[in-house]
Amino acid sequence: MTATAEPEIGRARLRKEDARLITGDTRWTDNIQMAGMLHMAVLRSPMAHAKITGIDVTAAAAMPGVLLVLTGEDVAAEQGSLPCAWPITEDMLAPPAPSLAVDEVNFAGEGVAVVIARSDYEAHDALAAIDVEYDELPVVLDMEAAVADGADLVHPDLGTNKSATWVFDSAEAGTGADVDQAIADAEVTVTRTFRQQRLIPAFMEPRSVVVDPGGGSITMWSATQVPHILRWMLAAVLGIPEHKVRVIAPDVGGGFGGKLQVTPEEVLTLLVARRLGKPVKWTESRTESMLSAHHGRDQIQQLTVTARRDGTVTGLKVDLLADMGAYLRLVTPGVPILGAFMFNAIYKFPAYRFTCVNVFTNKVPTDAYRGAGRPEATFAIERLMDELAVELGMEPMELRRKNWIKHEEFPFTTVCGLTYDSGNYEAATDRAMELFGYDELRQEQARRRESGDPVQLGIGISTFTEMCGLAPSRVLGSLRYGAGGWEHAAIRMLPTGKVELITGTSPHGQGHETAWSQIVADRLGVPFEDVEVLHGDTQSSHKGMDSYGSRSLAVGGTAIVLAADKVLAKARTLAAHLMECSESDVEFASGQFSVRGTGTSTALGDVVLAAHVAHNLPDGMEPGMDAECTFDPTNFSFPHGTHLCATEVDTETGAVKIRSYVCVDDIGEVVNPLIVEGQVHGGLAQGIAQALFEEAVHDESGTLTTATLADYLLPSAADLPHFTTDRTVTPADSNPLGVKGVGEAGTIASTPAVVNAVIDAVRHLGVDDVEMPCTPMRVWKAVHQGKERGVPTTPVAAGGLGSIDAQGGAE
Amino acid sequence: MIPAEFDYVAPATVEEVVRALTEAGEDAKVMAGGQSLIPVLRMRLAAPNVVVDLSNLSELTGVRDDGDSLLIGAMTTHYEVQRDHLVRDHARLLAVATDTVADPQVRHRGTFGGALVHADPAGDLPAPALAMDATMVIVGPGGRREVPAREFFVDYFTTVLEPDELLVDVRVPKLTGWSAHYEKFNRVAQAWSIVAVAAAVRVTDGTIAEARVALTNMGPTPVRATGVEEALVGQPATAESINAAAARAAEGTNPTTDGNADAEFRSHLARVLTGRALTAAVGA
Ligand SMILES: Cc1cc2nc3c(=O)[nH]c(=O)nc-3n(C[C@H](O)[C@H](O)[C@H](O)COP(=O)(O)OP(=O)(O)OC[C@H]3O[C@@H](n4cnc5c(N)ncnc54)[C@H](O)[C@@H]3O)c2cc1C
Repeated sequence: MTATAEPEIGRARLRKEDARLITGDTRWTDNIQMAGMLHMAVLRSPMAHAKITGIDVTAAAAMPGVLLVLTGEDVAAEQGSLPCAWPITEDMLAPPAPSLAVDEVNFAGEGVAVVIARSDYEAHDALAAIDVEYDELPVVLDMEAAVADGADLVHPDLGTNKSATWVFDSAEAGTGADVDQAIADAEVTVTRTFRQQRLIPAFMEPRSVVVDPGGGSITMWSATQVPHILRWMLAAVLGIPEHKVRVIAPDVGGGFGGKLQVTPEEVLTLLVARRLGKPVKWTESRTESMLSAHHGRDQIQQLTVTARRDGTVTGLKVDLLADMGAYLRLVTPGVPILGAFMFNAIYKFPAYRFTCVNVFTNKVPTDAYRGAGRPEATFAIERLMDELAVELGMEPMELRRKNWIKHEEFPFTTVCGLTYDSGNYEAATDRAMELFGYDELRQEQARRRESGDPVQLGIGISTFTEMCGLAPSRVLGSLRYGAGGWEHAAIRMLPTGKVELITGTSPHGQGHETAWSQIVADRLGVPFEDVEVLHGDTQSSHKGMDSYGSRSLAVGGTAIVLAADKVLAKARTLAAHLMECSESDVEFASGQFSVRGTGTSTALGDVVLAAHVAHNLPDGMEPGMDAECTFDPTNFSFPHGTHLCATEVDTETGAVKIRSYVCVDDIGEVVNPLIVEGQVHGGLAQGIAQALFEEAVHDESGTLTTATLADYLLPSAADLPHFTTDRTVTPADSNPLGVKGVGEAGTIASTPAVVNAVIDAVRHLGVDDVEMPCTPMRVWKAVHQGKERGVPTTPVAAGGLGSIDAQGGAE
Repeated sequence: MIPAEFDYVAPATVEEVVRALTEAGEDAKVMAGGQSLIPVLRMRLAAPNVVVDLSNLSELTGVRDDGDSLLIGAMTTHYEVQRDHLVRDHARLLAVATDTVADPQVRHRGTFGGALVHADPAGDLPAPALAMDATMVIVGPGGRREVPAREFFVDYFTTVLEPDELLVDVRVPKLTGWSAHYEKFNRVAQAWSIVAVAAAVRVTDGTIAEARVALTNMGPTPVRATGVEEALVGQPATAESINAAAARAAEGTNPTTDGNADAEFRSHLARVLTGRALTAAVGA
């Protein structure tokens, strides 16, 4: 076995999984074919809120190729209620969440019947032959109206549209002062309301499920990012013995939180396959995905910040309305709560109160979407800091500098009681400002303002932090989350010296196979190519908490390191035994054990083989060199960074162009800089998309009018600027790799940087807010109607297929 | 996104196509590049019994010089139109408008004829065709007829074509030596126009001798901005006369309100973009 030349950790390796992912030389769930496989299609409600008064399936059942048509009533006894694993308060209200609506539909897109046919085409043809009679009910769409007295109710049985109210108060918690007092004593108070529009995760691979009920147990393939959680929940919801269910997440094409779910279709495909005793497949179309897969964000945020005249902040009060949609899915209620600890961000607020009211509406449920709670919080506080700077007449970066935690103050316990282990906001900011040419841009901005240039320049700042590496299990427990936050890794040392690494993380585009191989190669001194990463199959990877919340490296990567250390510890004992020396004289480097001060050495591979054949082991030593570890972190990790955006705003058309974008992130140590770069770029694209392009829009009947990718505008490379990225490195204290996580950082940080830049460009024209996305019409109206007439708050849809809308506006 | 069942035929001649259409009646749809038809089928917004594929009709592809005009085959792709030197020399407005259509993949499949017959108010090619006084050459069971662009577009997604008729050629009068610009406003690169302005001008000795201006997505059909044209002719090619003329761009239009833009914003955009289109054309 040869040692690796360059250190593996920190090496910009190309991703080993990319060739197969990019060329399609792999099996996505929808590519799976099985003998006798049937196809399921779902009939979805066009109504957002209605009683189902009758369903006639006779014509559909008689269609060619159709084997079975089932309504909610047909599966009512066995479908159970879809799980919600995060009851945030003891008195949280949660309606039953059927996979197939039984007598009432609560959002447009909810399933009301399924057809199972020999082909996908026949299944879809038969959908049109199902006759459903609906009795319309009042539709609840607006959160503020929903919580008003006498509001129409989404779930009349609950008696209210409020699911739960969750409060954190620093005075009560003993982590800070009383915010009401801060407000009473304030020299300066700024209050603002921001709207977090609804977003659609828009993963590239639509969701797909295949269930094989054969052979005495059930195998489910699903395009999911949480195979382990899915298996557990299927057992819990359907009462199937857990050891009789195997879940496989094969290669999965993106998730962004959108596949952190236990879906109605997973349950239904399973029920149907079990009933028919045949393999069944369900694959959604893009429009189906947009209508029925969970959405993200959707909050109304009211914030009050108090400060002294010199700019020192003294308090922060946050009141949220968070749209749950019609049901509580896996972690729906907890998403805004993940943001509760982040509104105070990098600043030393002495007093803080956060109140969140979770609200039901007749819309698709919301749930995790890249950043989950933290982008919302970061947006609000970074927008508010700009507003406070204006109120105080301070330079916005100076205001931030005055209030942020200084590098020598770490570890720092925040007003929420979190302990930020490390960070250096000064270093990241100084580097970002230098790369950006901050002062020169400010000068150009002044010139353009003075000359009345129709194209105005704006500069936006976001100095963010986030909490990730989810999560210490005890903390999750204290937040009433239903699971732990540990992660598992197992290392199988094969007799030929090759290594199988089994991880409980579940990559769906992140490049774990490459990064995890680098960690193993680094720790064990084996060649990168000799490591195979196994994941996503509950049979081989029996234990895991899957991938979300930028946890995979900080938690899952640590489990790998600790498992590798166990391999080495045992190997060292055996090496000493084989080389007939004392263990304390054995040194290990580059895959070789040697006896200190002698020429004697033995390769790890030889020791592994010796352990495997077990001919000559010390007394009591078990054969084999495998090891495993379950790691439960003691703290979150806290990546941070400074993002700067310069926009050019065409005041004649309202068009916004990003002229330059600089970000300097501190994500601690880096295993593979190429992967980090990819995560940052993709994250920025998604964050910028929230600022400028994306919005899920419903009409007054509750129909999603942005149900194609021609209406729901995802930017492409052509719409995005060149990104200037750099890093500072302040290692995390909470794990042996010193890593913090990078999966969500770009998304969390970028949205406020862009919106702050848009507003900065036109603030002198009387604009102090533009709702997201900052579309040309909104920007133009803000500029030309002045703020007293108000910026339009009506949601906007995009162009459609030219002028064709998803509801059939043409032909 | 699974279309309903349909039969598929791919005839080799115009006569066979017309026969297939006549036999099928209202239930047939011809398919050119499929870039608009296939999404419509997949979303089940249309469910024809027969799809008549035109891709074997090589006679409908290419650009021919026909004296005072160009004859552009209906099946000529956007990509071919963009590259064609006859189009670049004599119908520059069409070339520059086609440059803004969709993305390279779509331009390799989508056709000039398909884009005109589809008659999407947000589509980018009807307005240039109208500005250039193009004529549609149509073949049906009754033979051949020619319809000027100003009569061809009837309403949203509706032209004068009968279900059994085929657009075979587009006659585009040459505007040799004119300068032209297509000013398109949209939100992401590959999207249709929220509003766009097609402008072609002939400037002699600093004076605007002739001008053609047509608007995309300012009504159910493309609109000729005759007020702007009148205001320009005989005026010096200066910013003042352009701005004065552009102020009339929204006259006689009937813009829709959708999520991207309400009627007020569209009218405003039409004026701003007309100014920009003319400035770019005159400066070109
Ligand atoms: C992602 C995407 C982005 C796009 N962006 C733009 C854009 O920015 N601007 C723009 O203008 N367009 C855009 N388009 C539309 C594109 O230009 C299409 O190619 C065009 O609208 C239709 O051309 P086609 O050849 O594909 O026609 P098809 O889709 O094949 O047909 C369209 C319609 O015309 C009929 N038809 C076609 N040819 C004939 C004929 N010769 N005689 C009679 N009837 C006929 C068909 O029956 C059908 O009803 C976009 C399309 C896509 C998929």
